[in-house]
Amino acid sequence: MNIDSGDTAWVLMATTLVLMMTPALAFFYGGMVRRKNILSTLNMSLITISLISIQWVLIGYTLAFGSSLGGVIGRLDFLGFTDVGADPNPDYAGTIPHLAFAGFQMMFAIITPALITGAFVERVRFGAFLIFTLVWATVVYDPVAHWVWGVGGFLRDFKALDFAGGTVVHITAGFSALAFASVIKARKGYGKAPLEPYHIPYTVLGAGLLWMGWFGFNGGSSLGANGLAVNAVVTTNTAAASAGAVWMLLSWRDNKPSVLGIVTGMVVGLVAITPAAGFVTPLAALVIGATAAPISYYAIRLRQRSRLDESLDVWACHGMGGLWGALATGLFATTSVNPAGADGLFYGNAEQFFIQAAAAGIVVVFSFGMTYIITQVLKVTIGLRVSTNEEEVGLDVSQHGEQVYA
Amino acid sequence: MTKKIEAIVREEKLADVKDALRQAGIVGMNVTEVRGHGRQGGIILAGRSGSTQVDLLPKVQFNIVLSDHNVEKTVEVIRQAAFTGQSGDGLIFVLPVDDVIRISTGERGHDAITYEGDIDTLPQSNGRTRVVT
Repeated sequence: MNIDSGDTAWVLMATTLVLMMTPALAFFYGGMVRRKNILSTLNMSLITISLISIQWVLIGYTLAFGSSLGGVIGRLDFLGFTDVGADPNPDYAGTIPHLAFAGFQMMFAIITPALITGAFVERVRFGAFLIFTLVWATVVYDPVAHWVWGVGGFLRDFKALDFAGGTVVHITAGFSALAFASVIKARKGYGKAPLEPYHIPYTVLGAGLLWMGWFGFNGGSSLGANGLAVNAVVTTNTAAASAGAVWMLLSWRDNKPSVLGIVTGMVVGLVAITPAAGFVTPLAALVIGATAAPISYYAIRLRQRSRLDESLDVWACHGMGGLWGALATGLFATTSVNPAGADGLFYGNAEQFFIQAAAAGIVVVFSFGMTYIITQVLKVTIGLRVSTNEEEVGLDVSQHGEQVYA
Repeated sequence: MTKKIEAIVREEKLADVKDALRQAGIVGMNVTEVRGHGRQGGIILAGRSGSTQVDLLPKVQFNIVLSDHNVEKTVEVIRQAAFTGQSGDGLIFVLPVDDVIRISTGERGHDAITYEGDIDTLPQSNGRTRVVT
Protein backbone atom coordinates (compact mmCIF):
# COMPACT_ATOMS: atom_id res chain seq x y z
CA MET A 1 0.00 0.00 0.00
CA ASN A 2 1.03 3.58 -0.53
CA ILE A 3 1.83 6.07 2.15
CA ASP A 4 -0.85 8.78 2.32
CA SER A 5 0.65 12.13 3.19
CA GLY A 6 -2.59 13.45 4.73
CA ASP A 7 -2.95 10.40 6.98
CA THR A 8 0.69 10.57 7.99
CA ALA A 9 0.49 14.28 8.74
CA TRP A 10 -2.58 13.80 10.93
CA VAL A 11 -1.04 10.91 12.87
CA LEU A 12 2.15 12.94 13.46
CA MET A 13 0.01 15.86 14.66
CA ALA A 14 -2.01 13.53 16.89
CA THR A 15 1.22 12.05 18.29
CA THR A 16 2.28 15.57 19.27
CA LEU A 17 -1.08 16.23 20.92
CA VAL A 18 -0.96 13.01 22.93
CA LEU A 19 2.61 13.72 24.04
CA MET A 20 1.37 17.06 25.40
CA MET A 21 -1.19 15.25 27.54
CA THR A 22 1.47 13.89 29.90
CA PRO A 23 2.83 17.32 30.93
CA ALA A 24 -0.83 18.45 31.04
CA LEU A 25 -1.55 15.58 33.43
CA ALA A 26 1.46 16.66 35.48
CA PHE A 27 -0.20 20.05 36.06
CA PHE A 28 -3.65 18.51 36.52
CA TYR A 29 -2.25 16.43 39.38
CA GLY A 30 0.34 18.99 40.55
CA GLY A 31 -2.33 21.51 41.47
CA MET A 32 -4.11 19.05 43.77
CA VAL A 33 -1.26 18.23 46.13
CA ARG A 34 0.24 20.28 48.93
CA ARG A 35 2.94 22.85 48.20
CA LYS A 36 5.75 20.64 49.50
CA ASN A 37 4.99 17.92 46.93
CA ILE A 38 4.26 19.85 43.72
CA LEU A 39 7.65 19.29 42.05
CA SER A 40 7.59 15.61 42.98
CA THR A 41 4.11 15.22 41.50
CA LEU A 42 4.96 17.11 38.29
CA ASN A 43 8.15 15.11 37.91
CA MET A 44 6.51 11.70 38.22
CA SER A 45 4.56 12.39 35.02
CA LEU A 46 7.50 13.95 33.19
CA ILE A 47 10.08 11.28 34.00
CA THR A 48 7.56 8.69 32.80
CA ILE A 49 8.00 10.19 29.31
CA SER A 50 11.70 9.31 29.54
CA LEU A 51 11.26 5.87 31.07
CA ILE A 52 8.55 4.57 28.78
CA SER A 53 9.98 6.09 25.60
CA ILE A 54 13.09 3.99 26.23
CA GLN A 55 11.14 0.91 27.30
CA TRP A 56 8.82 1.15 24.29
CA VAL A 57 11.62 1.32 21.71
CA LEU A 58 13.54 -1.51 23.33
CA ILE A 59 10.81 -4.01 24.23
CA GLY A 60 7.39 -2.50 24.89
CA TYR A 61 6.28 -2.10 21.28
CA THR A 62 7.11 -5.65 20.28
CA LEU A 63 5.39 -7.11 23.37
CA ALA A 64 2.25 -5.17 22.47
CA PHE A 65 2.26 -5.31 18.68
CA GLY A 66 4.65 -8.13 17.70
CA SER A 67 3.17 -11.24 16.07
CA SER A 68 0.94 -12.90 18.62
CA LEU A 69 2.11 -15.70 20.88
CA GLY A 70 -1.15 -17.48 21.71
CA GLY A 71 -3.15 -14.26 21.84
CA VAL A 72 -1.42 -13.31 25.08
CA ILE A 73 1.75 -11.41 24.20
CA GLY A 74 3.65 -10.15 21.17
CA ARG A 75 6.72 -12.02 19.96
CA LEU A 76 10.06 -10.23 19.75
CA ASP A 77 10.02 -9.47 16.02
CA PHE A 78 10.13 -5.68 16.65
CA LEU A 79 12.69 -5.79 19.48
CA GLY A 80 14.51 -2.43 19.47
CA PHE A 81 12.17 -1.27 16.65
CA THR A 82 13.75 -3.79 14.25
CA ASP A 83 11.99 -3.58 10.87
CA VAL A 84 9.86 -0.71 12.10
CA GLY A 85 10.50 2.01 9.54
CA ALA A 86 9.11 4.10 6.74
CA ASP A 87 7.12 1.28 5.14
CA PRO A 88 3.59 0.71 6.37
CA ASN A 89 2.52 -2.25 8.47
CA PRO A 90 -0.80 -3.25 6.85
CA ASP A 91 -1.83 -5.17 9.98
CA TYR A 92 -2.39 -1.87 11.77
CA ALA A 93 -2.24 1.08 9.39
CA GLY A 94 -1.67 0.63 5.69
CA THR A 95 -1.32 4.27 4.71
CA ILE A 96 1.24 5.60 7.20
CA PRO A 97 4.79 4.51 7.98
CA HIS A 98 4.99 1.69 10.51
CA LEU A 99 7.17 3.96 12.62
CA ALA A 100 4.37 6.56 12.74
CA PHE A 101 2.03 3.95 14.21
CA ALA A 102 4.68 2.79 16.70
CA GLY A 103 5.42 6.39 17.72
CA PHE A 104 1.74 7.25 18.15
CA GLN A 105 1.24 4.16 20.31
CA MET A 106 4.31 5.11 22.37
CA MET A 107 2.46 8.19 23.65
CA PHE A 108 -0.37 6.01 24.96
CA ALA A 109 2.11 3.72 26.70
CA ILE A 110 3.62 6.82 28.36
CA ILE A 111 0.51 8.47 29.72
CA THR A 112 -1.00 5.29 31.16
CA PRO A 113 1.50 4.70 33.99
CA ALA A 114 1.61 8.48 34.53
CA LEU A 115 -2.12 8.35 35.29
CA ILE A 116 -1.48 5.91 38.15
CA THR A 117 0.83 8.36 39.94
CA GLY A 118 -2.23 10.19 41.32
CA ALA A 119 -2.81 7.23 43.64
CA PHE A 120 0.43 7.46 45.58
CA VAL A 121 1.57 11.11 45.47
CA GLU A 122 3.07 12.77 48.57
CA ARG A 123 4.53 9.57 50.06
CA VAL A 124 6.13 7.29 47.46
CA ARG A 125 9.88 6.61 47.35
CA PHE A 126 11.17 7.93 44.06
CA GLY A 127 13.32 4.88 43.35
CA ALA A 128 10.48 2.48 44.03
CA PHE A 129 8.25 4.51 41.72
CA LEU A 130 10.78 4.28 38.87
CA ILE A 131 11.04 0.50 39.19
CA PHE A 132 7.28 0.12 39.49
CA THR A 133 6.66 2.13 36.33
CA LEU A 134 9.06 0.07 34.20
CA VAL A 135 7.81 -3.26 35.55
CA TRP A 136 4.14 -2.26 35.30
CA ALA A 137 4.50 -1.10 31.68
CA THR A 138 6.13 -4.41 30.77
CA VAL A 139 3.86 -6.86 32.58
CA VAL A 140 0.53 -5.00 32.64
CA TYR A 141 0.24 -2.37 29.90
CA ASP A 142 2.05 -4.19 27.09
CA PRO A 143 0.13 -7.48 27.48
CA VAL A 144 -3.26 -5.75 27.79
CA ALA A 145 -2.51 -3.59 24.74
CA HIS A 146 -1.72 -6.82 22.90
CA TRP A 147 -4.90 -8.56 24.04
CA VAL A 148 -7.13 -5.69 22.94
CA TRP A 149 -5.33 -4.11 19.97
CA GLY A 150 -2.72 -6.60 18.74
CA VAL A 151 -3.57 -8.73 15.69
CA GLY A 152 -4.28 -12.17 17.19
CA GLY A 153 -4.83 -10.70 20.69
CA PHE A 154 -7.47 -12.78 22.44
CA LEU A 155 -9.79 -9.90 23.38
CA ARG A 156 -9.53 -8.48 19.87
CA ASP A 157 -10.50 -11.92 18.50
CA PHE A 158 -13.30 -11.97 21.06
CA LYS A 159 -14.59 -8.84 19.22
CA ALA A 160 -14.20 -6.50 22.20
CA LEU A 161 -14.22 -2.87 21.04
CA ASP A 162 -11.87 -0.25 22.44
CA PHE A 163 -11.39 2.65 20.06
CA ALA A 164 -8.70 4.64 21.84
CA GLY A 165 -7.98 2.99 25.16
CA GLY A 166 -10.91 3.00 27.57
CA THR A 167 -9.87 -0.49 28.60
CA VAL A 168 -6.18 -0.48 27.67
CA VAL A 169 -5.41 2.91 29.23
CA HIS A 170 -8.10 3.94 31.71
CA ILE A 171 -9.26 0.66 33.23
CA THR A 172 -5.69 -0.58 33.64
CA ALA A 173 -4.56 2.71 35.22
CA GLY A 174 -7.65 3.16 37.40
CA PHE A 175 -7.74 -0.30 38.92
CA SER A 176 -3.97 -0.41 39.31
CA ALA A 177 -4.27 2.87 41.23
CA LEU A 178 -6.71 1.18 43.59
CA ALA A 179 -4.31 -1.71 44.22
CA PHE A 180 -1.29 0.59 44.69
CA ALA A 181 -3.14 2.81 47.18
CA SER A 182 -4.28 -0.16 49.23
CA VAL A 183 -0.69 -1.43 49.52
CA ILE A 184 1.15 1.86 50.16
CA LYS A 185 -1.48 3.03 52.70
CA ALA A 186 -2.67 6.52 53.54
CA ARG A 187 -0.68 9.70 53.79
CA LYS A 188 0.22 10.89 57.26
CA GLY A 189 -2.67 12.91 58.65
CA TYR A 190 -5.15 11.57 56.10
CA GLY A 191 -8.68 11.73 57.52
CA LYS A 192 -7.55 13.85 60.51
CA ALA A 193 -6.79 17.18 58.88
CA PRO A 194 -7.86 18.29 55.41
CA LEU A 195 -5.07 17.80 52.84
CA GLU A 196 -6.02 20.78 50.72
CA PRO A 197 -5.06 21.25 47.06
CA TYR A 198 -2.47 24.00 46.96
CA HIS A 199 -2.98 25.49 43.52
CA ILE A 200 -6.23 24.69 41.71
CA PRO A 201 -5.31 26.97 38.75
CA TYR A 202 -2.64 24.39 37.76
CA THR A 203 -5.37 21.75 37.71
CA VAL A 204 -7.58 23.94 35.52
CA LEU A 205 -4.66 24.54 33.14
CA GLY A 206 -3.92 20.81 33.02
CA ALA A 207 -7.54 19.89 32.35
CA GLY A 208 -7.78 22.38 29.49
CA LEU A 209 -4.63 21.02 27.86
CA LEU A 210 -5.81 17.44 28.41
CA TRP A 211 -9.05 18.24 26.60
CA MET A 212 -7.10 19.65 23.65
CA GLY A 213 -4.67 16.73 23.63
CA TRP A 214 -7.55 14.27 23.71
CA PHE A 215 -8.48 15.31 20.15
CA GLY A 216 -5.23 13.63 19.15
CA PHE A 217 -5.74 10.72 21.51
CA ASN A 218 -9.16 9.79 20.12
CA GLY A 219 -9.06 11.52 16.74
CA GLY A 220 -5.65 10.05 15.95
CA SER A 221 -6.83 6.55 16.77
CA SER A 222 -8.56 6.43 13.39
CA LEU A 223 -4.97 6.36 12.05
CA GLY A 224 -6.05 8.45 9.10
CA ALA A 225 -7.29 11.91 8.15
CA ASN A 226 -10.84 10.87 7.41
CA GLY A 227 -14.47 11.00 8.50
CA LEU A 228 -13.85 8.61 11.36
CA ALA A 229 -11.23 10.95 12.82
CA VAL A 230 -13.69 13.80 12.59
CA ASN A 231 -16.36 11.71 14.31
CA ALA A 232 -13.94 10.86 17.10
CA VAL A 233 -12.97 14.51 17.64
CA VAL A 234 -16.58 15.69 17.76
CA THR A 235 -17.81 12.88 20.05
CA THR A 236 -14.84 13.58 22.32
CA ASN A 237 -15.67 17.25 22.62
CA THR A 238 -19.37 16.55 23.17
CA ALA A 239 -18.82 14.02 25.96
CA ALA A 240 -16.37 16.30 27.79
CA ALA A 241 -18.82 19.19 27.55
CA SER A 242 -21.81 17.28 28.88
CA ALA A 243 -19.86 15.60 31.69
CA GLY A 244 -18.45 18.97 32.83
CA ALA A 245 -21.92 20.56 32.84
CA VAL A 246 -23.52 17.69 34.75
CA TRP A 247 -20.70 17.64 37.29
CA MET A 248 -21.25 21.36 37.84
CA LEU A 249 -24.91 20.70 38.66
CA LEU A 250 -24.07 17.83 41.03
CA SER A 251 -21.53 19.97 42.82
CA TRP A 252 -23.95 22.91 42.97
CA ARG A 253 -26.64 20.75 44.53
CA ASP A 254 -24.27 19.66 47.29
CA ASN A 255 -22.54 22.98 47.91
CA LYS A 256 -21.35 25.42 45.25
CA PRO A 257 -20.31 24.76 41.64
CA SER A 258 -16.69 23.88 42.45
CA VAL A 259 -14.13 24.70 39.75
CA LEU A 260 -12.03 21.70 40.77
CA GLY A 261 -15.21 19.64 40.37
CA ILE A 262 -16.12 21.06 36.97
CA VAL A 263 -12.71 20.39 35.43
CA THR A 264 -12.69 16.91 36.97
CA GLY A 265 -16.03 16.27 35.28
CA MET A 266 -14.61 17.38 31.95
CA VAL A 267 -11.77 14.89 32.24
CA VAL A 268 -14.19 12.13 33.26
CA GLY A 269 -16.22 12.82 30.10
CA LEU A 270 -13.04 12.52 28.02
CA VAL A 271 -12.21 9.21 29.71
CA ALA A 272 -15.68 7.76 29.17
CA ILE A 273 -15.83 8.58 25.45
CA THR A 274 -12.35 7.18 24.77
CA PRO A 275 -13.38 3.56 23.97
CA ALA A 276 -16.50 4.74 22.11
CA ALA A 277 -15.27 7.79 20.17
CA GLY A 278 -15.02 6.00 16.82
CA PHE A 279 -18.11 3.82 17.20
CA VAL A 280 -20.88 6.16 18.41
CA THR A 281 -22.72 9.27 17.23
CA PRO A 282 -22.27 12.74 18.78
CA LEU A 283 -25.73 12.43 20.32
CA ALA A 284 -24.75 9.16 22.02
CA ALA A 285 -21.56 10.88 23.20
CA LEU A 286 -23.68 13.53 24.88
CA VAL A 287 -25.47 10.81 26.87
CA ILE A 288 -22.26 8.89 27.64
CA GLY A 289 -20.61 12.02 29.04
CA ALA A 290 -23.68 13.10 31.02
CA THR A 291 -24.00 9.68 32.66
CA ALA A 292 -20.27 9.34 33.31
CA ALA A 293 -20.35 12.39 35.59
CA PRO A 294 -22.60 10.98 38.35
CA ILE A 295 -20.82 7.61 38.18
CA SER A 296 -17.42 9.13 38.93
CA TYR A 297 -18.84 11.81 41.24
CA TYR A 298 -20.39 9.22 43.54
CA ALA A 299 -17.42 6.85 43.08
CA ILE A 300 -15.28 9.58 44.68
CA ARG A 301 -17.76 9.78 47.56
CA LEU A 302 -17.68 6.01 47.98
CA ARG A 303 -13.88 6.03 47.96
CA GLN A 304 -13.84 8.80 50.60
CA ARG A 305 -16.21 6.83 52.84
CA SER A 306 -14.02 3.74 52.52
CA ARG A 307 -11.13 5.74 54.09
CA LEU A 308 -8.81 4.45 51.33
CA ASP A 309 -6.34 7.21 50.47
CA GLU A 310 -6.37 6.80 46.70
CA SER A 311 -5.20 10.35 46.76
CA LEU A 312 -6.27 11.98 43.48
CA ASP A 313 -9.13 9.56 42.65
CA VAL A 314 -7.56 7.83 39.66
CA TRP A 315 -9.89 4.86 40.22
CA ALA A 316 -13.06 6.94 40.45
CA CYS A 317 -12.21 9.08 37.41
CA HIS A 318 -10.27 6.77 35.11
CA GLY A 319 -11.17 3.30 36.36
CA MET A 320 -14.90 3.89 36.67
CA GLY A 321 -15.03 6.38 33.76
CA GLY A 322 -13.21 3.85 31.57
CA LEU A 323 -15.39 0.98 32.74
CA TRP A 324 -18.53 2.96 31.98
CA GLY A 325 -17.12 3.91 28.57
CA ALA A 326 -16.38 0.26 27.76
CA LEU A 327 -19.92 -0.76 28.71
CA ALA A 328 -21.47 2.23 26.96
CA THR A 329 -19.66 1.22 23.77
CA GLY A 330 -21.57 -2.04 23.99
CA LEU A 331 -24.80 -0.04 24.24
CA PHE A 332 -24.35 2.81 21.75
CA ALA A 333 -21.97 1.45 19.08
CA THR A 334 -23.35 1.51 15.56
CA THR A 335 -21.94 0.31 12.28
CA SER A 336 -23.42 3.39 10.63
CA VAL A 337 -20.60 5.35 12.26
CA ASN A 338 -17.91 2.71 11.77
CA PRO A 339 -18.52 -0.34 9.57
CA ALA A 340 -15.39 -1.95 11.04
CA GLY A 341 -17.01 -1.80 14.52
CA ALA A 342 -20.19 -3.47 15.65
CA ASP A 343 -23.73 -2.64 16.66
CA GLY A 344 -24.41 -2.32 20.37
CA LEU A 345 -27.41 -3.31 22.48
CA PHE A 346 -29.44 -0.26 21.44
CA TYR A 347 -28.94 -1.27 17.80
CA GLY A 348 -30.21 -4.81 18.39
CA ASN A 349 -26.96 -6.56 19.29
CA ALA A 350 -27.13 -7.41 23.01
CA GLU A 351 -24.16 -9.74 22.67
CA GLN A 352 -21.78 -6.79 22.17
CA PHE A 353 -22.66 -5.47 25.61
CA PHE A 354 -21.73 -8.74 27.26
CA ILE A 355 -18.53 -8.97 25.24
CA GLN A 356 -17.61 -5.47 26.48
CA ALA A 357 -18.45 -6.38 30.07
CA ALA A 358 -16.45 -9.62 29.97
CA ALA A 359 -13.40 -7.97 28.39
CA ALA A 360 -13.49 -5.11 30.88
CA GLY A 361 -13.90 -7.57 33.77
CA ILE A 362 -10.85 -9.56 32.72
CA VAL A 363 -8.73 -6.41 32.48
CA VAL A 364 -10.01 -5.11 35.84
CA VAL A 365 -8.99 -8.32 37.61
CA PHE A 366 -5.66 -8.61 35.80
CA SER A 367 -4.66 -4.97 36.40
CA PHE A 368 -5.62 -4.97 40.06
CA GLY A 369 -4.03 -8.37 40.74
CA MET A 370 -0.74 -7.73 38.95
CA THR A 371 -0.32 -4.28 40.50
CA TYR A 372 -1.07 -5.70 43.94
CA ILE A 373 1.66 -8.30 43.47
CA ILE A 374 4.24 -5.84 42.08
CA THR A 375 3.66 -3.32 44.87
CA GLN A 376 3.70 -5.97 47.61
CA VAL A 377 7.05 -7.26 46.32
CA LEU A 378 8.48 -3.72 46.20
CA LYS A 379 7.12 -3.04 49.67
CA VAL A 380 8.92 -5.99 51.32
CA THR A 381 12.13 -5.62 49.29
CA ILE A 382 13.20 -2.01 48.75
CA GLY A 383 10.19 -0.31 50.41
CA LEU A 384 7.48 1.78 48.76
CA ARG A 385 7.26 4.68 51.19
CA VAL A 386 9.54 7.44 52.31
CA SER A 387 10.23 7.76 56.06
CA THR A 388 7.73 9.68 58.20
CA ASN A 389 10.14 12.58 58.49
CA GLU A 390 10.72 12.71 54.72
CA GLU A 391 6.96 12.69 54.21
CA GLU A 392 6.49 15.55 56.68
CA VAL A 393 9.20 17.63 55.04
CA GLY A 394 7.68 16.86 51.64
CA LEU A 395 8.95 14.92 48.67
CA ASP A 396 10.25 18.02 46.86
CA VAL A 397 13.01 18.52 49.40
CA SER A 398 13.38 14.94 50.63
CA GLN A 399 13.43 13.20 47.23
CA HIS A 400 14.65 15.92 44.88
CA GLY A 401 16.47 18.47 47.05
CA GLU A 402 14.44 21.35 45.64
CA GLN A 403 11.58 23.58 46.66
CA VAL A 404 8.77 25.25 44.72
CA TYR A 405 9.34 28.76 46.05
CA ALA A 406 12.70 29.94 47.30
CA MET B 1 4.27 53.62 78.09
CA THR B 2 4.26 52.26 74.58
CA LYS B 3 1.90 49.45 73.61
CA LYS B 4 1.60 47.12 70.68
CA ILE B 5 -1.76 46.24 69.22
CA GLU B 6 -2.00 42.96 67.33
CA ALA B 7 -5.40 42.75 65.67
CA ILE B 8 -6.28 39.55 63.82
CA VAL B 9 -9.24 40.27 61.54
CA ARG B 10 -11.07 38.79 58.58
CA GLU B 11 -9.04 38.87 55.37
CA GLU B 12 -11.88 40.65 53.55
CA LYS B 13 -11.85 43.45 56.17
CA LEU B 14 -8.26 44.44 55.39
CA ALA B 15 -9.18 47.56 53.41
CA ASP B 16 -11.93 48.70 55.81
CA VAL B 17 -9.70 48.40 58.87
CA LYS B 18 -6.74 50.05 57.16
CA ASP B 19 -8.85 53.01 56.04
CA ALA B 20 -10.46 53.41 59.47
CA LEU B 21 -7.05 53.39 61.16
CA ARG B 22 -5.74 55.99 58.76
CA GLN B 23 -8.76 58.15 59.38
CA ALA B 24 -8.15 57.87 63.12
CA GLY B 25 -4.60 59.13 62.71
CA ILE B 26 -2.58 55.92 62.76
CA VAL B 27 0.24 56.53 60.31
CA GLY B 28 2.63 53.63 60.93
CA MET B 29 1.38 50.10 60.74
CA ASN B 30 2.23 46.81 59.15
CA VAL B 31 0.12 43.85 58.17
CA THR B 32 0.96 40.16 58.09
CA GLU B 33 -1.04 37.39 56.46
CA VAL B 34 -1.77 34.63 58.94
CA ARG B 35 -3.85 31.48 58.93
CA GLY B 36 -5.74 30.11 61.85
CA HIS B 37 -8.98 29.49 63.59
CA GLY B 38 -10.60 30.17 66.94
CA ARG B 39 -14.13 29.34 68.00
CA GLN B 40 -15.18 29.37 64.37
CA GLY B 41 -13.15 26.17 63.84
CA GLY B 42 -12.91 26.43 60.07
CA ILE B 43 -15.46 26.41 57.30
CA ILE B 44 -16.95 24.04 54.74
CA LEU B 45 -15.96 24.75 51.14
CA ALA B 46 -16.96 23.06 47.88
CA GLY B 47 -14.69 20.18 46.86
CA ARG B 48 -14.16 17.84 43.96
CA SER B 49 -17.16 15.79 45.00
CA GLY B 50 -19.45 17.51 47.52
CA SER B 51 -17.92 19.50 50.34
CA THR B 52 -14.59 19.69 52.05
CA GLN B 53 -13.64 21.00 55.50
CA VAL B 54 -11.02 23.72 55.68
CA ASP B 55 -9.73 24.28 59.21
CA LEU B 56 -7.12 27.02 58.87
CA LEU B 57 -8.60 30.16 57.38
CA PRO B 58 -6.70 33.08 55.94
CA LYS B 59 -6.71 36.14 58.24
CA VAL B 60 -4.74 39.37 58.38
CA GLN B 61 -2.96 40.69 61.42
CA PHE B 62 -2.43 44.45 61.91
CA ASN B 63 0.60 45.40 63.98
CA ILE B 64 0.55 48.88 65.49
CA VAL B 65 2.77 50.44 68.13
CA LEU B 66 1.41 53.54 69.90
CA SER B 67 1.10 55.39 73.19
CA ASP B 68 -0.86 53.95 76.08
CA HIS B 69 -3.54 56.62 76.09
CA ASN B 70 -4.47 55.98 72.45
CA VAL B 71 -5.00 52.26 72.86
CA GLU B 72 -8.69 52.30 73.80
CA LYS B 73 -9.64 54.65 70.98
CA THR B 74 -7.72 52.59 68.41
CA VAL B 75 -9.12 49.29 69.63
CA GLU B 76 -12.61 50.70 69.19
CA VAL B 77 -11.81 51.87 65.65
CA ILE B 78 -10.59 48.38 64.73
CA ARG B 79 -13.59 46.69 66.35
CA GLN B 80 -16.04 48.82 64.43
CA ALA B 81 -14.29 48.38 61.10
CA ALA B 82 -13.79 44.62 61.45
CA PHE B 83 -17.16 43.78 62.98
CA THR B 84 -19.72 41.50 61.34
CA GLY B 85 -21.12 39.89 64.50
CA GLN B 86 -20.40 36.39 63.22
CA SER B 87 -17.84 34.06 64.74
CA GLY B 88 -14.54 34.45 62.94
CA ASP B 89 -14.36 38.24 63.33
CA GLY B 90 -11.02 37.85 65.07
CA LEU B 91 -9.20 39.02 68.21
CA ILE B 92 -7.26 42.10 69.34
CA PHE B 93 -4.23 41.68 71.59
CA VAL B 94 -2.60 44.56 73.50
CA LEU B 95 0.98 44.00 74.60
CA PRO B 96 3.57 46.15 76.41
CA VAL B 97 6.60 47.24 74.40
CA ASP B 98 9.95 47.57 76.18
CA ASP B 99 11.71 49.65 73.58
CA VAL B 100 11.67 50.67 69.93
CA ILE B 101 14.72 51.57 67.86
CA ARG B 102 14.48 53.31 64.50
CA ILE B 103 17.28 51.93 62.36
CA SER B 104 17.78 55.00 60.13
CA THR B 105 18.17 57.58 62.91
CA GLY B 106 18.94 55.60 66.04
CA GLU B 107 15.96 57.21 67.81
CA ARG B 108 14.63 55.12 70.67
CA GLY B 109 11.40 54.60 72.48
CA HIS B 110 8.43 56.78 71.71
CA ASP B 111 10.38 59.13 69.42
CA ALA B 112 11.11 56.26 67.09
CA ILE B 113 7.44 55.77 66.30
CA THR B 114 6.25 59.36 66.16
CA TYR B 115 5.18 60.51 62.72
CA GLU B 116 4.00 63.83 61.35
CA GLY B 117 0.22 64.02 61.89
CA ASP B 118 0.22 60.84 63.95
CA ILE B 119 -2.39 60.33 66.65
CA ASP B 120 0.45 60.29 69.21
CA THR B 121 1.64 63.78 68.27
CA LEU B 122 -1.67 65.40 69.11
CA PRO B 123 -1.76 67.26 72.44
CA GLN B 124 -2.91 65.12 75.35
CA SER B 125 -3.72 66.28 78.87
CA ASN B 126 -2.08 63.22 80.41
CA GLY B 127 1.10 63.77 78.51
CA ARG B 128 3.18 61.05 77.02
CA THR B 129 5.54 58.85 78.87
CA ARG B 130 8.84 58.49 77.14
CA VAL B 131 10.52 55.17 77.50
CA VAL B 132 14.01 55.66 78.82
CA THR B 133 16.45 52.82 78.56
